[in-house]
Amino acid sequence: KPDNTAFKQQRLPAWQPILTAGTVLPAFFVIGLIFIPIGIGIFVTSNNIREYEIDYTGTDPSSPCNKCLNVSWDSTPPCTCTINFTLEHSFESNVFMYYGLSNFYQNHRRYVKSRDDSQLNGDNSSLLNPSKECEPYRTNEDKPIAPCGAIANSMFNDTLELYRIDNDTRTPITLIKKGIAWWTDKNVKFRNPTGDGNNLTALFQGTTKPVNWPKPVYMLDSELDNNGFINEDFIVWMRTAALPTFRKLYRLIERKNNLQPTLQAGKYSLEITYNYPVYSFDGRKRMILSTISWMGGKNPFLGIAYITVGSICFFLGVVLLIIHHKYGNRNTSADIPN
Amino acid sequence: MWSAWCAGEEKRVGTRTVVVGHRTVSETDAYVAQKFCDNRIVSSKYTIWNFLPKNLFEQFRRIANFYFLIIFLVQVIVDTPTSPITSGLPLFFVITVTAIKQGYEDWLRHRADNEVNKSTVFIVENAKQVQKESEKIKVGDIVEVKADETFPCDLIFLASSSVDGTCYVTTASLDGESNFKTHYAVRDTTVLCTDEAIDALTATIECEQPQPDLYKFVGRIIIYRSNQEPIARSLGPENLLLKGATLKNTKKIYGVAVYTGMETKMALNYQGKSQKRSAVEKSINAFLIVYLCILLSKATVCTTLKYVWQSNPRNDEPWYNEKTKKERETFKVLRMFTDFLSFMVLFNFIIPVSMYVTVEMQKFLGSFFISWDKEMYDEEIKEGALVNTSDLNEELGQVEFVFTDKTGTLTENSMEFIECCIDGHKYKDCISEVDGFSQTDGPLKYYGKAEKSREELFLRALCLCHTVQIKEADQVDGLIGHPECKHTYISSSPDEIALVKGAEKYGFTFLGLENDFMKIRNQKNETEMYQLLHILNFDPVRRRMSVIVRTITGKLLLFCKGADSSIFPRVQQEEIQQTKVHVDRNAMDGYRTLCVAFKELTQKEYDKIDRQLNEAKMALQDREEKMAKVFEDTEADMHLIGATAVEDRLQEQSAETIEALHAAGMKVWVLTGDKMETAKSTCYACRLFQTSTELLELTVKTVGESERKEDRLHELLLEYHKKLIQDVPKHRSGLKRSWTLSQDYGLIIDGSTLSLILNPSQDSSSSNYKNIFLQICLKCTAVLCCRMAPLQKAQIVRMVKNTKGSPITLSIGDGANDVSMILEAHVGIGIKGKEGRQAARNSDYAVPKFKHLRKLLLAHGHLYYVRIAHLVQYFFYKNLCFILPQFLYQFFCGFSQQPLYDAAYLTMYNICFTSLPILAYSLLEQHINIDTLTSDPQLYMKVSDNAMLQWRPFLYWTFLGAFEGLVFFFGVYFLFQNSSLEDNGKVFGNWTFGTIVFTVLVFTVTLKLALDTRFWTWMNHFVIWGSLAFYVFFSFFWGGVIWPFLKQQRMYFVFAHMLTSVSTWLAIILLIFISLFPEILLIVLKNIKEKNHQTGPFDLPMLVSYKRIENGYVKTEDAVTNSAERYPLRIL
Repeated sequence: KPDNTAFKQQRLPAWQPILTAGTVLPAFFVIGLIFIPIGIGIFVTSNNIREYEIDYTGTDPSSPCNKCLNVSWDSTPPCTCTINFTLEHSFESNVFMYYGLSNFYQNHRRYVKSRDDSQLNGDNSSLLNPSKECEPYRTNEDKPIAPCGAIANSMFNDTLELYRIDNDTRTPITLIKKGIAWWTDKNVKFRNPTGDGNNLTALFQGTTKPVNWPKPVYMLDSELDNNGFINEDFIVWMRTAALPTFRKLYRLIERKNNLQPTLQAGKYSLEITYNYPVYSFDGRKRMILSTISWMGGKNPFLGIAYITVGSICFFLGVVLLIIHHKYGNRNTSADIPN
Repeated sequence: MWSAWCAGEEKRVGTRTVVVGHRTVSETDAYVAQKFCDNRIVSSKYTIWNFLPKNLFEQFRRIANFYFLIIFLVQVIVDTPTSPITSGLPLFFVITVTAIKQGYEDWLRHRADNEVNKSTVFIVENAKQVQKESEKIKVGDIVEVKADETFPCDLIFLASSSVDGTCYVTTASLDGESNFKTHYAVRDTTVLCTDEAIDALTATIECEQPQPDLYKFVGRIIIYRSNQEPIARSLGPENLLLKGATLKNTKKIYGVAVYTGMETKMALNYQGKSQKRSAVEKSINAFLIVYLCILLSKATVCTTLKYVWQSNPRNDEPWYNEKTKKERETFKVLRMFTDFLSFMVLFNFIIPVSMYVTVEMQKFLGSFFISWDKEMYDEEIKEGALVNTSDLNEELGQVEFVFTDKTGTLTENSMEFIECCIDGHKYKDCISEVDGFSQTDGPLKYYGKAEKSREELFLRALCLCHTVQIKEADQVDGLIGHPECKHTYISSSPDEIALVKGAEKYGFTFLGLENDFMKIRNQKNETEMYQLLHILNFDPVRRRMSVIVRTITGKLLLFCKGADSSIFPRVQQEEIQQTKVHVDRNAMDGYRTLCVAFKELTQKEYDKIDRQLNEAKMALQDREEKMAKVFEDTEADMHLIGATAVEDRLQEQSAETIEALHAAGMKVWVLTGDKMETAKSTCYACRLFQTSTELLELTVKTVGESERKEDRLHELLLEYHKKLIQDVPKHRSGLKRSWTLSQDYGLIIDGSTLSLILNPSQDSSSSNYKNIFLQICLKCTAVLCCRMAPLQKAQIVRMVKNTKGSPITLSIGDGANDVSMILEAHVGIGIKGKEGRQAARNSDYAVPKFKHLRKLLLAHGHLYYVRIAHLVQYFFYKNLCFILPQFLYQFFCGFSQQPLYDAAYLTMYNICFTSLPILAYSLLEQHINIDTLTSDPQLYMKVSDNAMLQWRPFLYWTFLGAFEGLVFFFGVYFLFQNSSLEDNGKVFGNWTFGTIVFTVLVFTVTLKLALDTRFWTWMNHFVIWGSLAFYVFFSFFWGGVIWPFLKQQRMYFVFAHMLTSVSTWLAIILLIFISLFPEILLIVLKNIKEKNHQTGPFDLPMLVSYKRIENGYVKTEDAVTNSAERYPLRIL
């Protein structure tokens, strides 16, 4: 005899919701009422973010960087150019300096997989014998490349410096180069090879620099905790971008004190050591200065989307309510609550 | 393997020689022993050894599995964006689960086989009985079979315990005929009825190789005796006892095995249960092709665009991303081909491998609910419903035609004596009335009274003219026990028992047969003795039986009972009239009527009959015909005494069930072997025909027996066709179930007329009439087919099954004669009835009673259909919106086959993150309460014609999936216009992009299911919220560790970082809402619209793909209000 349990008899106690106009319409109103203020909030926040962007590729013949357009990797002395610009509004809070690239397919499959994470994690055997995935940037002249792969090889190596021009005096602005990478990347995922002592040159013994790099990985920075694989510029570059037009964090400009804005309105000049060729693949390079809010950088999309959806919701709620009432009154029997 | 070897075609030709008892004869010493197969019955498919290869082979013959195997191999061989594990793991899972299921089912078959193969039999060896397992029987063994045992193999009947060398056999399990058949022992061996005697027999048998025809057998036996010429006797089917038949009324017999195991006629006749495929499966295949086309076109588009894009060398190979040497050296065509394959692999998830395993699991687990249902449990037989195949659950919700057997299905098949008439006087007992009649007189209520002597004669006739036996109470052969008596009547026909009991009620008790003397106790409590001289057995052609007895005083009497049509011509014509009135009225009331006649024989007459009968019995050729001739001569010039009426009671609620099935839009056809009048009255009784139903008859009565019957039939057909089809004004075409509109028509057809239509004598215009007949049938509300042979039942089912639109058919029956139609129909249902288990065993589902069909179809069927249809659509939908962002991403990554999601997500999406909620849904969902479904049959029509798996709902789901895919991708795309989304200015990369899309995806498809769920048990809550929680937990875990076995630590802390960004949270919430918004809106709109239309007070949950009730059923207003009055609906 079958058990008389609720489960076997398909009589488990159950909540049986039915979406009716009566239950959904109030929800529409509530959602509309929540979404619209959120949208407005995001929109206002996004609009308050100061952002300034300079394309310094130099495709325009009048641009100061036009002369550098066709640089190659090993041009010596490096091509430098200076672009002057004026900030109309002062940047009150901390300013983040990004470089942006366009038409650069960092998300190309061949490119994305061309790295060896265990080498970057300080694994000594991988250091000397990088993964096959790094081809054709795996070895150079029979020496393993460290760091291997296309991503590392094509690391962005323009140097950007910012000066404030105040009555013809150029004051350099302090650019902080630490704190731009994810903490977990810097401290866990990326590690220098281990061995005796802290002499990176010795630790990287037996490897060679990536083809396109002017100097080996252990000479990226003078500070020990920002050198080698744990150089933050390098780590940032290694996080491949999602779309062919992207920006990456380059430097931080911290607000000095509460009296002065971080960047006052006024004239500035950007000095570029132009090493990175993008013209060959029709790319663009940008320098972006931006403040950051709780929601990140400037992006009007979210705010507009929230406002739109909230409005549609509200509007449809009103329309449906009218329809519902019009027909609902006609046969009241249907409205008797169940 | 051995069975194939045994049953090989080349072995069928020629003859086989069987040496009885393995004793070679001196003359045939040179004879080389032929090798025969042993007596094992094998219905199982696999053995332990061949299970793996054979099962794998069969599984990969399925297109879907093969496809996934190919994808897997491509991934192994070609450099593809995803690792082989992503598709190998699900494939392995699917194959394993299916293999386990099939292995389990085969194990059950093995067990059933073993039950038969290991049953004990007795074999005579060296004059001793040896007990053996059935499978050990070899050709040539002498087997002893006792009464009520089943023959273990095909035997040549050598000797019987009865003196005349006959035995009675019922072949119910072979051909469904439950009457006793007489078989004859080989004449020269009849006397060898002891172990010693039979062991002394030296003989060989030559016979044909096994063939499936049950009624054909040719052979001869050569008996060698010492010092005598060997005697040769011919053997025919009357000497052959078939495996599966049961010995009755004979103590024991000896026989020699000629065909064993898979070569027995039963095994050769065994219709392997062909794989029934449900309509849903066909829809799945159709959808699969659509998605395969989408997949191919996606891959083609991507490959083409890739090469267009790459034609610009800046895009093809920028300095930062050089090709490997290998890549450069490959030929362009080959590269394009591997690119195409890579895209296929990247998008292959669009065809959901896990759907198959989920469907299998849903069917397997879901079928338990049927067997667990306590409402389908029958207290009487202490059994509930049985599910033999779980593949057809949803088909129960799609039935359009119900073919039902009558006896034992609609009716109880337990006969009850209702009344009798003696010389035109009606005798009826009234149980409710405790009147003054003494018990010995019986509680009779007289409607006028016949002479006392006639009355007694009639009752004696009832007591004597039968083949009922008495068994002591404990050995019950599944037949009716009598509570008051310590004995039980046993007979092949329940009618006879009812008659004997009826006589008992009137004071004449049959006490049994002793040494050829039948003892009865009469009304005065005296015991009368009658010597039983001959039984002229019942057969379906004569439709009557007789006994010849000698009274103590030496009078010779012949009693005969049989159908009115077979008795009336053989009695004095002037006696008929008064009885005929009663018979006709009883038949109209749905009773089974029998007429009783008698005649006195003189000694001379008897001697002649006796001689003739014995001659006929001994005849070697044409025995049947000769016997029939003698019977015919004997049963003539009789005197009619009276008639009996026996009620075959309707099963409880069968009328209500049929009404419900009608209301649910099903057409119910009754197919019965019974005669027309009885069947018709049953149909009225169970409301298949209403009083308003106009009956069209195509029977022997209307067509006539004349030469011109075919022409007459065609006239009738045309006439009916005109009436039903041509004259009816064309109302809304294309409505399949619109018959409810007009006048109800019922059609009655009998077996002979049907065969005239289906197998006409001249071929010309035959198909035309068959067509017309079919059209008429389809227009009728109810069809009654009477006098059907088992095969004809199957023929009818096949005919309907193959009509245009291939409607789903369901057959329900209880007897072995229903097996053919049960196997033929889309869904076969067996009643666990009194006529044995044959039907239940061959059916797809077995229920104890006909009334259980209502819940099985209306509630279980409907729910299973909705569940599985939703499951299928949901799977396609969720994989479309899973893969579409990946496809769109190709446009932004240079068509490089870069996967959007991490490999772990690709693999786990269908296996872990989104599988359990839909499985729980597809097991537990009750969008409408079971009670409501059962009580309102019209809801069944909402899912009729595979409504939820038509192209419209499919397109709806596809568009929904495409829309959501677009929202996911472009929502995140616009969000990533500025990839610094954290409040510390740090940026996100491509894996975060994919993870955001994936998170939105998982939440949306799960919440979409939550929106569709109308029945939230704790399990639904658990799996839905549990899946989401598991996803979050897994993502943290997966990204929280540097996995040593991974080449790339792509996901390291990606998920955690993603969640630190407020923007991402806001975007995820927004995108989920936008994705679900259209669905909610649509439900509300439909709800409002429905409210506008609907007059009833009930709020039915709207499934988007539900059929509008108006579709195909126009009388809604009337019907809905009716049903609303009857069944107040309360949902929520």
